[in-house]
Amino acid sequence: MSENVEVKTLVIDGQEASARRGQTILEVARENNINIPTLCHLEGLSDVGACRLCLVEIAGSNKLLPACVATVSEGMEVSTNTERLAKHRRTILELLFAERNHICSVCVANGHCELQSLGQSQGLTHVRLPYRNPELTVDASHERFTLDHNRCILCTRCVRVCAEIEGAHVWDVMGRGINSMVITDLNDDWGNSSCTRCGKCVQVCPTGALFDKSQIGSEHPKHPDFLPYLNLMREAQ
Amino acid sequence: MTTFTPPPLPSDDKRWKIVNGTMRKNGFARHALIETLHTVQSSFGYLDDDSIRFVARSLRVPLSQAYGVATFYHYFSLKPPGEHTMTICTGTACYIKGADKLLAESEMKLGVALGQTTADGKVSLMTARCVGACSRAPVVLCDGKVSGEMSREQLIEQLERWTVE
Amino acid sequence: MNLDELELIARSVRQENAAYDYELNVCMDLACASQGAEMLREALIATGDTSGKKVLVRRTGCMGPCSSGPMVRVDPDDTLYGHVHADHAEKILSSLGNEPVAVLQCDLNEHFDKQVRVVLENAGHIDPEKIDDYIARDGYKALLTALTEMTPNGVVHRITESGLRGRGGGGYPTGLKWGTVAKAGGDVKYIVCNGDEGDPGAFMDRSVMEGDPHRIIEGMAIAGYAVGASKGFMYVRAEYPVAVARLTTALREARRRGLLGSNLCGTTFNFDVEIRLGAGAFVCGEETALIASIEGKRGTPKPRPPYPAVSGLWGKPTLINNVETFANIAPIVRNGGKWFANMGSERSKGTKVFALTGKIANTGLVEVPMGIKLREIIEVIGGGVPNGHTFKAVQTGGPSGGCIPAEMLDLGVSYDALLKVGSIMGSGGMIVMDDTSCMVNVARFFVEFCMTESCGKCIPCRAGTAQMYKLLTRICDGSGTMDDLSLLEELCVTVKETSLCGLGMTAPNPVLSTLKYFRNEYVDHIVHKRCTAGVCNIKAPAEVLA
Repeated sequence: MSENVEVKTLVIDGQEASARRGQTILEVARENNINIPTLCHLEGLSDVGACRLCLVEIAGSNKLLPACVATVSEGMEVSTNTERLAKHRRTILELLFAERNHICSVCVANGHCELQSLGQSQGLTHVRLPYRNPELTVDASHERFTLDHNRCILCTRCVRVCAEIEGAHVWDVMGRGINSMVITDLNDDWGNSSCTRCGKCVQVCPTGALFDKSQIGSEHPKHPDFLPYLNLMREAQ
Repeated sequence: MTTFTPPPLPSDDKRWKIVNGTMRKNGFARHALIETLHTVQSSFGYLDDDSIRFVARSLRVPLSQAYGVATFYHYFSLKPPGEHTMTICTGTACYIKGADKLLAESEMKLGVALGQTTADGKVSLMTARCVGACSRAPVVLCDGKVSGEMSREQLIEQLERWTVE
Repeated sequence: MNLDELELIARSVRQENAAYDYELNVCMDLACASQGAEMLREALIATGDTSGKKVLVRRTGCMGPCSSGPMVRVDPDDTLYGHVHADHAEKILSSLGNEPVAVLQCDLNEHFDKQVRVVLENAGHIDPEKIDDYIARDGYKALLTALTEMTPNGVVHRITESGLRGRGGGGYPTGLKWGTVAKAGGDVKYIVCNGDEGDPGAFMDRSVMEGDPHRIIEGMAIAGYAVGASKGFMYVRAEYPVAVARLTTALREARRRGLLGSNLCGTTFNFDVEIRLGAGAFVCGEETALIASIEGKRGTPKPRPPYPAVSGLWGKPTLINNVETFANIAPIVRNGGKWFANMGSERSKGTKVFALTGKIANTGLVEVPMGIKLREIIEVIGGGVPNGHTFKAVQTGGPSGGCIPAEMLDLGVSYDALLKVGSIMGSGGMIVMDDTSCMVNVARFFVEFCMTESCGKCIPCRAGTAQMYKLLTRICDGSGTMDDLSLLEELCVTVKETSLCGLGMTAPNPVLSTLKYFRNEYVDHIVHKRCTAGVCNIKAPAEVLA
């Protein structure tokens, strides 16, 4: 019976909260000023549940759930910040830092990189895992933007914004596993692709993988917050 | 509404008609992408940019998505195969029975790494993730034909036969 | 087509067969075929034609004991010959009616005595390309009985009663799954058969698809009736071209006989099946990835819920079962749920087909009742470890499973028991390892597999398996430290607990189970720079030896 009720009540980190049926744990948590770290999630884009940073614990279950896609249920008891979760989050961030070449000090996104600030907020002090140091390329063929694979964390925000918001689907992922790469068209140079030059992918990129050539050195080059506004305007039409 | 016109066949090579046939059979639906890429590979031996572009445009699949699919599945090859292909099964049973040694042996004999073709275009060296002939491990496929309980000597002999041909 | 017409076909096939004095059944499955079974069959036909005896030479699917192939079974005498080649044809033909050819006879009584054949009941008895052969052995009777005498609910109930659990690996109760899809709303639903047997070292599903394809089609059609679906997809590995060809023929034959198509058996039920080719991605065994692949996309899994039973292929309720699960359906419908539930153990009913391979005398396919001890499978059915070596471990469940040591061979095979010891049932690969196998190297082999098969979507699986591989490689080549080992263990826990799909969640299992039972081998590599099995190429200088 309770499944049909439109309003659910649940407990997040000991705090009582109410939610509409179908809301995700992440939405409800943020409404209640409870911070759950995220990386692949971006308000205004579909969710893929890929980065696993937003995993939370549910009382009575050993399985961790991704808060960005898991929906609330009546009486649910959610813990977002246990020692177990903190450990996993640090390991996941460590995996990302060791996967490609993230050298903050020489990165264009230094100081406004979501990966960097997550590392700080989650208390990642050093990386114990061996650095993989893969040899990756930088694509500067586009007249306005640059793609640096060394900094890419494969969150696929660029792929989603291009397909879902711009409607061009110029970006996608090629290969698989550790060899996955974001590409434009048939792995063509970005500058020679069917890119519409709207720049949305650059705005949503959480790291220095996609950047605007003219903004190098500026303080806050990215503004991913245009998405909810865009969606709202579309709905209104 | 813009009406959709499928692109013309890339050339008058008859094989494009076979490729087109697969798409037609599936009503040019997007979900026929993998089926069609299979037809391209069985007709041409591999997938190149032109064929992926043709299929993607015909099925109205974004180019990057088609390329993402073509490179996701290991069965698809983006390079033309050699005259002959030696495929070494690296499934668990074959591994337990020494498939890694057969692979190393072949790499040395041919002077190419796994996934490559000899400079003269004669032999490609590939691996397969289990062909299901585990009870006869280690197994290799010589131009697709299964040979079981393969010894080092037999393998070298086969490779030599191909390279001097 | 109705039940009477089906019986007529069956009777005429039996009459036709009765006109022959002898049947020579030749196994043409991959293992036998790779050793010249086709030439043997041709020789038997040619010799048979001139022998004056009325002999039927039949091509069949896998008979089981592949290591004795090529195999021939002579009926009605039930004489089994092994290692038969074309030049033996005359000897066999002339022996008919006399003493059997002693040198070719196989003594496999012990091998067969412990087995119970449900899924493989037709293996070695029918020509997989002849639908009438299948019909003569009660084929399609279950489908027509279900359509004319049972309600869809009744079918679901029977499957539930049987206690059948998914044979693809997870062991989810099949009846429950069917019931969920049956209750899901909407006019359009789909049946999907998972024939993407990606587990390296397993070939049960290939053998069933190649040797008895109609059994799967019948199971799918029954499922379609039970849950209200009229369209099925058979997702088959492209690496199995023979299976694809056999299934294509079988579908055509079934349509011709009116066993697929519209208004089956004069009812309002329509059902047809389309084949979809996999393209070499182990992750497509995962349900949501498989669905993405059928939709023509990259085979990347999605978070569940929503489950495919509610929102699957093109967002419609979709029932996904694997080949062996569907192969169990017709006999359950024919013989009743209780009949099936009487076999096996408390919570694992029926039989299970295993592909027995590795360092074992009788390699091949075996079908055993659930609950049978591992020891019986390995020592009796499998004939033990050959060449004077000693047994070290048996690996079940493929890259998602674990290695079980000698001390645990008295374990009864069931979903729960295998899980308890750190392995899984999996799809049915069973690989025996002896003292020449290094368990650290085996763990590295599986992690390498998972690394290359990871779809790359979620970080723990994509980067975690790559790091595990790196650490295991260090340990294998003698440069690993005890710190590396503890880092590896920590990483295993994170990958297991945080990965998005089953591939990542189970990828650490081969490492964790070898660490649990063979930790000394890891320590040997790290501290003593020694690989006792002699597999690893340890580069470190010998003076490190303690």
